[in-house]
Amino acid sequence: MAKQSEIRYLTPLAVDVKKKKYCRFKKNGIKYIDYKDPEFLKKFLNEQGKILPRRITGTSLKFQRRVAQAVKRARHIALLPYVTDLMK
Amino acid sequence: MNNYETVFILTPVLSDAQMKEAVEKFKNLLTELGAEIINEEDWGLRKLAYPIQKKTTGFYHFLEFKAEPSAIEKLEVNFRRDERVIRFLTVKQDKFALEYAEKRRSNKQQKKQEPFAASKKATPVIEEEIEIETEEQEEN
Repeated sequence: MAKQSEIRYLTPLAVDVKKKKYCRFKKNGIKYIDYKDPEFLKKFLNEQGKILPRRITGTSLKFQRRVAQAVKRARHIALLPYVTDLMK
Repeated sequence: MNNYETVFILTPVLSDAQMKEAVEKFKNLLTELGAEIINEEDWGLRKLAYPIQKKTTGFYHFLEFKAEPSAIEKLEVNFRRDERVIRFLTVKQDKFALEYAEKRRSNKQQKKQEPFAASKKATPVIEEEIEIETEEQEEN
């Protein structure tokens, strides 16, 4: 049984087992999102430097607003780019 | 009195002494305005994510202080007037930011005591926990 599940894990064909998305801030009890930490904020950006939508990251609305605020602040002080190509 | 934090970027053309002098100027200004400086950080010369005034690097400085709201206005006017400052951002700390800032300061102190430990390790540990948990979910 254990082997089967491992194989399933390696091949992304298992569409029926949909992983439930969750808000990482709620789960880990993070209350404040720091705009001074660009490496962390990059997790919420695509390779053009745009903020990823909630439907992809699974962030709750409350924290999505805070992520957006932090990203915008980081952009202002040039820790993150406004526009770019191939950020990662 | 509110808690504020400000990040400002100085031009890279300054010499070390000039840069320190500029920082000192703003610190003195703040104390003159009745502010109490809580924390000061020098992030050094960093690369900018995009060019500002045709410059690709800048000296980053970070200040945390307690001040009256009226002081912020005067501080920002001085930032705008000073040609050495190419960018600044002042943010009022809410209760969550305050908590975070305290943790950050204590982390910094720990780091000074034992250079290659703490703070950086904190985040990867959390990520590992997430991975383990998701794997468990799939087995179920």
